[in-house]
Formats: sequence, C-alpha cells, structure tokens
Amino acid sequence: MTQPDLGTTYLGLKLAHPLVASASPLSYTLDGIRSLEDAGIAAVVMYSLFEEQIEQESHALHHYLEYGAHSYAEALDYFPKAHEFNVGPHEYLELLRKAKENTQIPIIGSLNGVSSGGWTEYARLMEEAGADALELNLYYLPTDPTLTSLEVEEMYLDVVREVSQSLSIPIAVKVGPFFSNFSHMAARFVQAGASGLVLFNRFYQPDFDLEHLEVTPNLVLSRPDELRLPLTWVAILYGRIQADFAITSGVHTHLEVLKSMMAGARVTQMASELLKNGLGRVGEILQDLKHWMEEREYESIRQMQGSMSQINVANPDAFERGNYMKVLRSWRPDPTGMLLR
Amino acid sequence: MPQVITVDGNEAVARIAHKLNEVIAIYPITPSSPMGEFADQWSAVGQKNLWGTVPLVQEMQSEGGAAGAVHGALQTGALTTTFTASQGLLLMIPNMYKIAGELTSTVFHIAARSIAAQGLSIFGDHSDVMATRATGWAMLFAGSVQEAQDFALIAQASTLESRIPFLHVMDGFRTSHEVMKIEALSDDDLRALVSEDLVRAHRARALSPDRPVIRGTAQNPDVYFQARETVNPFYQKVPSIVQGYMNRFAERTGRQYKLFEYFGSPDAERVVVLMGSGAEAAQETVEYLQARGEKVGLIKVRLYRPFSVEAFVEAVPASARVIAVLDRTKEPGSAGEPLYQDVVTAVVEGIAEKRPKVIGGRYGLSSKEFTPAMLIGLFEEMKKPSPKNHFTLGIHDDLSHTSLPYDPQMSIEPPEVKRSVFWGLGSDGTVGANKNSIKIIGEETDYYAQGYFVYDSKKSGARTISHLRFGPKPIKSTYLIQQADFVAVHQFGFFERFDVLESAAEGATLLINSPYSPAETWNHLPYEVQQQIIQKRLQVYAINAYQVAREVGLGTLMNTVMQVAFFALSGVLPREEAIDKIKEAIRKTYGKRGEAVVRKNFAAVDAALAHLYPLEVPAVATSARHLPPVVSPEAPEFVQKITAPMLAGKGDLLPVSALPADGTYPTGTSRWEKRNIAQEVPLWDPAVCIQCGKCVLVCPHAVIRSKVAPPEAFASAPEGFQTAKAMWKGLEDQRYTLQVAVEDCTGCSLCVEVCPAKNKSQVGRKAINMTPQLPLREQGRKHWDFFLSLPDYPRHDSLSFNSVKNVQLLQPLFEFSGACAGCGETPYLKLLSQLFGDRSLIANATGCSSIYGGNLPTTPWTQNREGRGPAWSNSLFEDNAEFGLGMRLTLDKQIEYARELLGRMRESLGAELVDALLQADQSDEAGIDAQRERVALLKSRLEGQDDPKARDLLSLADVLVRKSVWIVGGDGWAYDIGFGGLDHVLASGRNVKLLVLDTEVYSNTGGQSSKATSLGAVAKFASGGKATPKKDLGRIAMSYGYVYVAQVAMGANDAQTLKAFLEAESYDGPALIIAYSHCIAHGIDMAKGMEQQKLAAESAYWPLYRYDPRLKAQGKNPFQLDSRPPKISFKDYALHENRYRMLRQINPEAEQMFQAAQEAILARWKTYEEMAQSHEQEAAARTPAKATEEV
Repeated sequence: MTQPDLGTTYLGLKLAHPLVASASPLSYTLDGIRSLEDAGIAAVVMYSLFEEQIEQESHALHHYLEYGAHSYAEALDYFPKAHEFNVGPHEYLELLRKAKENTQIPIIGSLNGVSSGGWTEYARLMEEAGADALELNLYYLPTDPTLTSLEVEEMYLDVVREVSQSLSIPIAVKVGPFFSNFSHMAARFVQAGASGLVLFNRFYQPDFDLEHLEVTPNLVLSRPDELRLPLTWVAILYGRIQADFAITSGVHTHLEVLKSMMAGARVTQMASELLKNGLGRVGEILQDLKHWMEEREYESIRQMQGSMSQINVANPDAFERGNYMKVLRSWRPDPTGMLLR
Repeated sequence: MPQVITVDGNEAVARIAHKLNEVIAIYPITPSSPMGEFADQWSAVGQKNLWGTVPLVQEMQSEGGAAGAVHGALQTGALTTTFTASQGLLLMIPNMYKIAGELTSTVFHIAARSIAAQGLSIFGDHSDVMATRATGWAMLFAGSVQEAQDFALIAQASTLESRIPFLHVMDGFRTSHEVMKIEALSDDDLRALVSEDLVRAHRARALSPDRPVIRGTAQNPDVYFQARETVNPFYQKVPSIVQGYMNRFAERTGRQYKLFEYFGSPDAERVVVLMGSGAEAAQETVEYLQARGEKVGLIKVRLYRPFSVEAFVEAVPASARVIAVLDRTKEPGSAGEPLYQDVVTAVVEGIAEKRPKVIGGRYGLSSKEFTPAMLIGLFEEMKKPSPKNHFTLGIHDDLSHTSLPYDPQMSIEPPEVKRSVFWGLGSDGTVGANKNSIKIIGEETDYYAQGYFVYDSKKSGARTISHLRFGPKPIKSTYLIQQADFVAVHQFGFFERFDVLESAAEGATLLINSPYSPAETWNHLPYEVQQQIIQKRLQVYAINAYQVAREVGLGTLMNTVMQVAFFALSGVLPREEAIDKIKEAIRKTYGKRGEAVVRKNFAAVDAALAHLYPLEVPAVATSARHLPPVVSPEAPEFVQKITAPMLAGKGDLLPVSALPADGTYPTGTSRWEKRNIAQEVPLWDPAVCIQCGKCVLVCPHAVIRSKVAPPEAFASAPEGFQTAKAMWKGLEDQRYTLQVAVEDCTGCSLCVEVCPAKNKSQVGRKAINMTPQLPLREQGRKHWDFFLSLPDYPRHDSLSFNSVKNVQLLQPLFEFSGACAGCGETPYLKLLSQLFGDRSLIANATGCSSIYGGNLPTTPWTQNREGRGPAWSNSLFEDNAEFGLGMRLTLDKQIEYARELLGRMRESLGAELVDALLQADQSDEAGIDAQRERVALLKSRLEGQDDPKARDLLSLADVLVRKSVWIVGGDGWAYDIGFGGLDHVLASGRNVKLLVLDTEVYSNTGGQSSKATSLGAVAKFASGGKATPKKDLGRIAMSYGYVYVAQVAMGANDAQTLKAFLEAESYDGPALIIAYSHCIAHGIDMAKGMEQQKLAAESAYWPLYRYDPRLKAQGKNPFQLDSRPPKISFKDYALHENRYRMLRQINPEAEQMFQAAQEAILARWKTYEEMAQSHEQEAAARTPAKATEEV
C-alpha cells in the first residue's frame, strides 16, 4: 500500500503534516527554530511578543537611566549614553526575519497586545518582517468586577477586527475556553476576520508557596488529558463554523494527533512534549502516526479530519448534557467494589 | 553660517580633543570625567577623528597611569591627550616634567579644581594648574564654553608647531558644567589650523627600532644644567606662535583672541587682571562701569605660560595707575599668588616710566561666587591712595582682615536678559528638563542661553538649583542669578527648609508644584514665605505636577509637566510652538528608550496646562505655619553656629573666624539635620515581630534601632510607644522595642524587604510596614527622643555579639548619612561602627564613603554616651591603605613605648596594676572594659606626677586599650588606584583591617568601569560591556598565606558577614574583607538590593568564603567556602540589573558575553571548590593508616 498522505492546510498554508510547534521557548532563538525544522516540524508559531513586556522594558530602561541622575555634582548620571538602544519589538522582528530567511517552513508570528494601537502596529510589523500568518494571543484576565462579559467580548472582537483589517496575511485567534457560549464567540471571531481558531490558551494560574507564604508563578507542562476540552469544542464547532481549527493543549503522542484530526482540527500544536522529551519526538510521533494509519488503511489525514465531529458521529448527544449526566451517574466511590465491602 | 550648538564646556572640549587625537588615556575625576566619558562613548560607536580613524580610548588605573600611558604613546608618535583635574593633575606632574623636557607636542584638557588641603573640594579654582607651573608646560586659559572649544583647537595647533606641551584650562564646574549656546567649529576649521606636516613631524620624532635612538637618559653634573637650557628658544617662540594661530582662527571664525586682551576705557586708571571664567564677569562689570563714565579696564590673561612680558605690557593702557591682579588660588606663605607675582615682574621689567602700582588678591576658591558686586568693591578700593594689597574678595575675613567690602545687594544684570531659577529635587528630573529647555531656546530661537546647576552633596533627597538665562546678546554672567524674574519651586517642602524666594526680583513670577488644591495651597505656605510673596509682589501660579505625572503613568517624574508650565508662563516662545518644541525634545532625548516612554511624556505635556492655575495673593500673610528652626535648640553650639547656616544654604555668610583652622570638625552632627525626605517610613508591628534584628542590621541609615530594657525604664514612655516581651534567653523579664527615626529615614524600604516575619492573616504585611511619614512625624519625633534616652545594653554584659539578633542591641556609631536611599555600602560601615566603633581609627579612601562620611555640613560618624567613637580621616584616593598603615605604625610604636614606660615605672605605679595592664586579655568586650578601668586607674596615679616618664605615659596611656585600624574604601581604590599600596600594606603583616565596599564601578564619579567590574556589565568606559572578568582580589590576598580574607554579601548571608568582621578584627595581622555592595550605578530597584546580593551568591557570581590563616596551625584548611554550588544561572542574577540588561539592548554580542561570563564564573567556582576540598583530600591522604587502625 502507498504511504498515507499526512498533508494538511492551515490558514491557507500547505503543510506536510499536522504537527506544528506552538508558541513556546523553543522558538526563542534562530537555532531553536532551525532545530524544529530539522526535527521535521511542519510549521512554527513563534513565541509570543508581549506588548506589555516591551513597554515595561522601555519604562525600566528609562527609569534606571534617570534614577539618581542630575542629583549629585560628581555623578550626573550612572550609565554611558548609548548611541542606540535595542528596545521595542526589534529583536523579535529580527528573529522572525532571520527565521524566514533561514528556513523553508511557514513561520507564524504570535502577538499579545495591550493597546489597540499596539495590536495593529506590531501585527503590521510582523507581516512586514515576513510572517506567513499571525496568531493573536488573546490573553486577558478580567479582575474588575464592574466589567461585564459583553464588554470583554467586544474588546476581543475589536482587536480581531482591527488587526484583520490592517493585514493581508491570515490570522488565527488563540483564546481560552471561558466564555458563556463559546460556540457563539467562535462564530463572532470568524465574523470579525479570524481564519483560524487555536484552542485553547492555557491561563496563568499561580501557586502558593506555603513555606514562604508567597504567590509563585508556576508553569506546568501540559498533560495528555488536557486534550479533552479542545477536542470537545473542535468536534462541536467543526462544520458549523468556517474556520481552521488548531488544537494546542495535551498533544503528546500520535494518538492525540489522530483524535484532534478526527474532531476536525487542521493542525495540532505542541510544545510540552518537545520541551520534556526532546525534538526527536517529532519524528517518532510522525512515524507512529503513519504506522497507525497504515495499519488501519487510512489514505490521508484529510480523510479523517472531522470524521468524529459532532455532526458526523452516530450519537451526537455524546457531546452534550445528556451524556454528561450519564457520566456522573456512572461514577462510583468504589469502582472496584473491593474497598467498601 | 556656523552651526550653533548648546553644550557644556566638557562636551565642547571633548568634541575637539576627540577629533584631534589618536590615543586618549583616561581616568575619572570630577569635574573632568565627562570629557573622558564622551570620548569613550564616541569611540565606542565608531566616531572618527579628523583623519578618518577612530581614536583609541584606554582607561587607566590612576591619573599617574594615564600620564605614563600618554607619555609612552607620545614617544611612539601618536597624537595623544588626556583629561583631568585637581589631585589627578598632581599625579601627572612627574610625567609632565618628562614630556616637556623632551619637547613633546600634546594638550591636556583640564577642568581646573581645588586641591584637597584642610578639606577636599570638587569645585573650581586654579590651585591644581598652578601647582604645575614649574613643569614647563604652556598654559592657555579659557573663560567661557565658547573659548574652551576654541582654545582646544588653538592649543593643539600651537603645541604641534612649538613642541611645547599645553595645558588647556577651563574653570571646573563654572565652565566645564555650564551649558551655553556656542558656535561650533567644523572639521574644516580644524583642518585650517592643524598642519598635516607638523602632525607628520611629530610622528617622525617617535621612537622606532627602524631608526633607533635613546631618550630619557640619566645625566651627570657636567651636562644636565646645559641640557636644561637647550629648550629656551622653544619657549621664546610660543607666544608668537599662539598669537599667530589666534589670528588665523579669527580669520576663519571672526572671533579674535589675544594673549593678553584688554577691555575697557582707553584711558583707564584702574585695571584688573585675571583669567578664566571670572574674567567674563569682570568684562561685564567693566562695561557697566565704563558706560557710567568710570575709567576702568580689564586684562584677560589667555596664555599664562610662557608669560610674555612684552605682550602683557602692550596690553596695559599707559594711563593705568593701579593694577589689581586676581588669583583664583592660594599659595600660603608666598610673597603673593602666582599671577600677581608674574604681573609684578612684568611691570618692573617692562614698564620703565609711570609704573602703575600693582596689588594682588584672591577670589573664587572652590567655586566661591565671584560677582560684579565684588568687582565693584575692588574698583572702589583701587580708588584709594593706598589700596589694600593681598586682599580677598567674596568672603568675610574677620581673622586676618584681608577681605574687601562690597555691597552684596548690588546687581548689574542687563534688563533684557530673562533670568529663571528652579528649585528641584535630584530625583524629580528638574535639571534634565532645564537642560532640555536651554537646548530648545538656544537652538530654536535667536536667544543666547546659559544654564548652570547647583547640587548639594547628598546622594539621597538632594536639592538642585538650576539657573537659566536667556538674552539677545552673548551672556557673560558667570555667577548665580541674584535677581530672578521667574522662580519655580518644584518641591513644596523646600519652602520650609530653604530661602527659595531670596533671589526672586520684585514682581517676578513664582511657579509652585503644589500637592494641595487651589483652595488649600496658599494656606500651606509658611507665614514668612507669604510675607515675602506679598512684599515682592510676586505673581504666583501653581500646578499639581505630581498628580499629572501619576495620572499619565510617569510616576514621580514630573519634570515634563513643570517644563510646560515654565514655557507657558515665561513666554520665551509662543505656547503652541513651545509645546511642539518640547515634544521634539522629548522624542530626541527619550526616543531611543522606546515609544512607550515618549507617549507618556507627550501625554504629560498635553495634560499639563489644564492643571496650571493662578493663585490669588491676599494683602496680608495669614498662615498659621511658621518656619521651623534649622536645627533643634538642643544642638551643641558648634552645630548651631556653624553647621546650621551651612544646612540652610547660608554657609557663604560664615566668616573666616568661624571655621576650624586645621580642618578638624566634631563628629555626631548628622543627627541634627532632620531632613524629612521620606514619603513613607517603616512602622513596627510588635505582634508580628520575631525580634531577629535583620531590619536593624540592613538599615543603611541607622534609622531602625532596637533596645532591651527593664519594664520600669518605659514608665515615662510617650503615648503610643510600643514594646514587646524580649525574646532572649535570660532576658525574658525585660521589654524590647524597635523604633524608627522617621525624620532621618530615607524611605528606602530595604528593612521591609528583609523582614522575614509575615502577618498570618494578611501575608502582604510584615513586622514592619511602610506607612506615610507625615502623619507619623510629630509622634515619631517624641518616640525617637525617648528611645535615645533609654539605656543601651552594656557591651561587656553576658550577651556575646556574634549573632545578628544580639548585634541589633549595639549602638551604631554611623548614622543618618547622605548616602543614596538603600545604599549597599553603609550597612557594612554601620556594622563596623557597632562592633568596634568605640575603639576604631578609620582611614577612608576618597569616594562615595568619604563623601557621605565626611562632606560638610554634617558627618554620620558619631559617639557613644561615653564620648567614644570612630576617629575618621580621609587622606587621598590613592594612598588610603598606606595612610591607614601609618596610623597602625603610630599605635604599634606608642604601645611599645607605653609598655616600656610601664616596665620602667613598675615599682612606682604598683606592680599589680602594671602587670595587669601588660598582661591584659582584651580579646572580648569584658576584657577591653576591664583594661579601660585599669587605664583610668593608671591615669589617676600618673596625674600630677612631675616625672617626664609619667607625663609621657599619661599622654600615651589610652593606647594600652585595644585599638582597631580600619582602612575603608571602594573598588576604585582597592582594585585600581590604590592597589599597589593595598598590596604592600597586606604584605606588611601589620594588624590592619581593610574593608572594600565593592560596587564594581567608580560610583562616586558616576559609574566608570574598574577592575572590579564584571564581564558583560555595561559601565562608563566600558560602554559595550566590560570585556574581561573581574579581578579576583581575594585570591591575590590569599596568596600571601598570612592575610585573613573574606568575601561577604550581607543580603546573601548576614551571619557569615558578621562572622567575617569578628574574625578579621580578632586576627592579629592584616585582614581584607571584600563586601558586595549593591549600588544605584547597577540600575536596580534599591529596595531589592539585599535580594540581589542573595542572587549574586546563589549564582556563584559572588561566592562567600573566609580564609583564616589561624586554621593552618590547627591542621585545618584555612579556606572555608561558605556558599553552596550555583543553583541559578548568571543571567538569573544579572538580568535584574540595568547594567546587564543594557548589554542586550546595545551590544549584538550580548549572548556570547553572557556565555563567557557564565563560563568564567563556573571556572572560578571550581577553583574555589578545589581550594576548599584540597585540604580535606590532603588530610585524608595523610591519615589512611590511622583510619584503618580505628576500623
């Protein structure tokens, strides 16, 4: 039998297979991006450029150059006057430019903005630097109790609208799942100009250090069971919303890739597995993927994409409330029946 | 049209020097440092000289080193220069003789400054250059920024032709730091004067193995004298060469200079002679008097050496009856100051008939104001038949009665000049904004502009006063504004502390940055200030600039807001245009730092005017607030009479007789200052406190203190005074209290950061919490006074002071310094003062610690109840180790002699007492206390004895009590300029303790790189990041084997720091402690300084260790590594600091440098690990048989 065709398309980009590197430290350097290509990844989403960070760096530089300056006659300042400071998105854009020059695979920029001007300005700069597409990392943790969910949603949509109008490359939107009706939001993102939806953003959830009574940042790598949530939503949205879906949490083996494809995703994005077990995992997963498809005589990835989406399965209610209640009822405190005897 | 630029003297000179040289050897010294910094920065970015190549800039370890390097570079044919001042120039003198003796072309650019005598001064006069008169260098004096630029070129052209080296001199601060609008010289101007042939001739004279010669021979009596006379023809030609270049210069630029230039009436009878910036004020005065019909004149001296009698005589009008020569230097014991003597000689030799009378006097030492009023006083004196000779101007000499009277109220400033004075705080950006304003006005309008800035000597809460003049003609007023038509007070609190309206002219505009509402502002002004406003009919405007700045996200940087208000009120430019120009300036100044910064400043500009409002001034003063006394009435007489005027900014009014003749001042004066500079201060929560003492230990300003005392001691405590049960074994029945000197606190919050105790119900709160100061001030003052009245824990009691917890109970004898808020150096000095202060002599190298330690008006070094405390002195920067060793040598000799005398007088004094004195064990506090009692008894027995031995012993008895000599300084001293001495002193084996406060840069002069700077750190003179690793000073010291060495970081391990201090002091030999001192020059949040120290240790960048030679005798490894292996990377530590973050922002090779730094750190760590283990291995290797037996 011929080799199965692993090809897929995402945001109008033809990809050799559905394994895409998600925004992560793997793309901090040109060497990192090249290593991803060498490992066989189909496309790279670069790490996120945070507008807030750029502003912060700029303010920090300003603050420390001014701090203590013009106070004391012998030391009117404390740092040499630099000809030029490399602040702002320069470093990111340079990396993006070099990545495009030095690799053959699509490079997708990733942006997390704060101000409306910042979103469009940096998006435009990324397009100019050669990004094949753009992923908007909509990360906002509303802590203001007076802010309504509608206002938050409108804020998101404004960003998507403004950016998509100012760019000619396709954009995908990476969001978290926490909306009252995610289906509706997904549809509105697409209406606003998103060509793709990346599910889901993993929100920063700090931990408590009980020894020192401090709140500590604690980034935990993803686990395979995190796939469930994006899998559910892609399966529900597939066929209902005209967008390219990417699943980005919990992809660790070929099995999660297969499930994602069957739910209706065009690509799977991965980082945790590669950070933990090395870039060699790309080749291994692709090998396992091929092997699995060959064994079951799948011809292509396209053939399976959406095959287990809600509209295509025999029991669509498996995705809905009725099934949820069944799951609850099926739970037993002592499933083995041994402990409570 | 020539390009117009607005620059200060340093920049103006550096531009020319950088263009006209190939090699530049530099070393920082105020006020010339910026010239070296400019040169280094320009070369770092590839800026080329006139010949299209980038000058090579090399930082040296001292000015002596710079002079040596310059000499070598000159001898091998490079066009070479250096920049220096004061003590730096003195260190160059030996080489200057050589360079002149060898007829070598070079120009040294000098920002002339006082020499340290009875006290150091960073300010301007001619004492330094006058000390080099005998070296054979030509001396060309510039009087203004324009002249400083022009003479830099004329000097260079002249030296190449004459082969005589030149000192090009401008007045320190007055010219070096004065910002002026000037006409810039173009490259073509430079080419027109600097002869290519002469440059090549200079090169051709170089040493080369291809045409070998020897130079620098040793000569014998037979020829030295004749050889010395060979140079005469060269000197004779210099005046005509210089005048020739001045003429050629005038042809190109229209600015004609003369060697001696006469201004004034053609038939002047009274003529003053002077040089430097004072001549500008003199010209202004002469023109003023001449316009009023007075027959007066001025001779400006440009080329002072070689002194052309002929040219001078030519400049003197034949009508001159009396000539007054003004010297900006003092030569005690001379027949007259140098310029005076030269003029006397010139008049005697050059004027045969109708010789004018010549008188001489001193003025302007250490940037003392020199005003037209003083000159008018002098001209009045010159009218007398016998005018006073050897006079002084500008001071009140009630001791030797040298001073001439003058009317201090006299002002001759032309009405068309706009004069503005701004009172700001160092941290509020006032000076930066004013420098911008001058540039805007200077470069965007036809106005001439001048800016001069006055700073105080504090590094925290420092006051700045900006003096800005704008006018249609070049400005010659080289003195502070006395009649301002605009006064801005950027800090409301200044109304209570300084006479900010003193310089306001009648009807002037007053702009106040007021934190109060329009309705409240007037009432918050003190009564006396309101009166001044009413009397002077000031137009008052106010704005809450802090609020505007805060609202646009600029924090406390409200300079932009005040700048807009200034332009709006002053009317120098139309409002709209002014706003556009301010925005342009913001983009130009801050644009490189990122768009966000620009945006916020723009927002501040846009928001400012809406908040500006006029303040209605009532007809009478109404305020219930009165100005408080400068110091408490309880302060000692010296503080009341001498210190207080200085604190109030009225030190100029102190007469000569008021000041100590030999530079000796009382200690314990900072406590009277009460600067109230903190917005927030720590407040104690006894319920949460665990009494660990960490806050007390780290407080850089000694404002947090604790005491333990019996409950009855608190009986009369003021209301609200808090105590807690003492948590000490054996002291459970006593009460503990922790108090804060709220009026002395700088609000740095280091204490809160290190507090380990958290409130269990609200973990964000600790045992001390920052709280607004104002509401606590009154009560805090009472609490502090009561706290001070409580008994101190007796030093010789049962507690041993080997733990941080116990040390908190020792009184600090170093308190309330003017160091930066959150200083990383002062906690170590305070600890030293707590542990050994009552018996210490301190030799302090020049630098930050000598400034916050010994800059008038006050000193933080203080005394305990018994009147004992550190005796402190600063000799120089370079000789501090030797200075301290000298103290030790005296002690050692005196102890030896005292012991000999005791031996000789054993019978008469009582054998028991003498034996006890001679055999005393003074290894602990109890032993020292017992010896003090014995010495007291000895003194009582010696008192009144007529025997010379007894009198001698009485005068020496105190040395029998153990003394400690601490040699203290920064890394610039220890690693660079003083390293040779430090090494020798360590090698001497003498019992001296050296404490290196290592900030890894020359902090006091603004952060220049030293050999302590680490690889990759961005510093001045290392603008692309330092390329080589930090010198391992500790290992060099350890190589002697008999030197105690410790590397400490209080924030990383306070117990180890304490241990190191105790061990070092107890070691009967040399000891070196290298202490990590976080610093403002690192670009860190100073509140996190201790945390940063911890990271430095955790990354193994700063391993903690102790090397104790005593351990060898015990068969142990003397080297103890107190740090654990690195648990974070170098970058995890470094990237919290701007000096390293900047590397990424300016150097594309940053990552490689970080990598190299990391490798160097790990390599060093490995060496230390091996040192720590080697002894164990050796020991293990030596004892296998024993081990087997034991098994």
